[in-house]
Amino acid sequence: MLFMGIDIGSRGAKGVVIEDNQIATAFIGDTGPESVKTSEMVRDNMLAKLGMDMSKITYTMATGYGRVLVPFAAENVSEISAHAKGAHWYFPSVRTILDMGGQDCKAINVNDKGQVTKFIMNDKCAGGTGRFLELIASVLGLRLEDIGQTSLESKKNFPFNTVCAVFAKSEAISLMKKGTPKSDILAGLHDAIAVRCYNLLKRVNIEKDFTITGGIAKNQGMVAKIKEKLGMEPVLAPDPQIMGALGASLFARERYMAKQNAAPAS
Amino acid sequence: MEANYGYSDGSGDYFIIVDTDKCNGCGDCVTACPERVFEVAPDDYGKKVALVKESVASKVSYVCPGYKPCSANVETTCHTACKMGAISHTW
Ligand code: SF4
Ligand code: SF4
Repeated sequence: MLFMGIDIGSRGAKGVVIEDNQIATAFIGDTGPESVKTSEMVRDNMLAKLGMDMSKITYTMATGYGRVLVPFAAENVSEISAHAKGAHWYFPSVRTILDMGGQDCKAINVNDKGQVTKFIMNDKCAGGTGRFLELIASVLGLRLEDIGQTSLESKKNFPFNTVCAVFAKSEAISLMKKGTPKSDILAGLHDAIAVRCYNLLKRVNIEKDFTITGGIAKNQGMVAKIKEKLGMEPVLAPDPQIMGALGASLFARERYMAKQNAAPAS
Repeated sequence: MEANYGYSDGSGDYFIIVDTDKCNGCGDCVTACPERVFEVAPDDYGKKVALVKESVASKVSYVCPGYKPCSANVETTCHTACKMGAISHTW
């Protein structure tokens, strides 16, 4: 049986199909202006890769910011529960998760069953999120994928005392004009974001194992800084960006099985 | 589950905390809160619990004045309404 999970984030749209407890296919695209169309695009890309139509998918669930706008999903779950379930599937020993998404950051504790025991999110400003890093990349004339690596080439952190997107942007522009190397600017910004994440994590229980999920977990410069602040080596999934969609597909399987068991035998 | 809704910003920590292990879903906080901060709905594991509305979580410090100022003006607050002691504030 196949189960589909769709994660419509603020920046990225992700999908996963699982079969026999394996990932059968996954897809990552951009969230467009219309969530419904975006979700259909993710679905259709995965079905095309599988060479199947929707009738083969037993149950579908959605998560993420746009989770209520996925018309073909039977149910939806919060990103927090979905990331916890996905992370637990990869690493049953994970107890602490930092989810770094397009527009917010979350710290989550998860138990040995993959259930959330504590969570905290920083729900207000863009500082330290994917959108913020995109903005900084464009100010510096770099590709988003390259800023993490560039930050690692820094000889000297430029200290930023703000990750407020507006202030950090203008500070980055004036530093560039003064000839400060891009790598130092980026190292400073990554450092400031890592401090912010650490402060968020301190409000939950920082326990081993620790993982980072979301698109920013692919940024090696960021992972290195967070590791430094926490003094803890994160375990990282092959693609941390699909964690929410994976979790949603696992929820789809669980909910479907529960319904089957609850239904009277015919 | 200890659910923390809100944010920290330059001026402080603004979180409303619901301990869903203590919460029985009675909904007394929903009617008590003058700012309509809470709702009761099933969580992702099927338990009916109080939660801070999604529309409120991103602006809690503007919707809720903080526990002390609220309790000075309101007879029954979310804390006093809740018999289970499931709700707390960081400010
Ligand atoms: S302190 Fe007052 S305004 Fe704030 S959530 Fe509780 S009842 Fe509502
Ligand atoms: S009053 Fe307390 S127990 Fe009742 S729904 Fe609200 S938080 Fe839960």
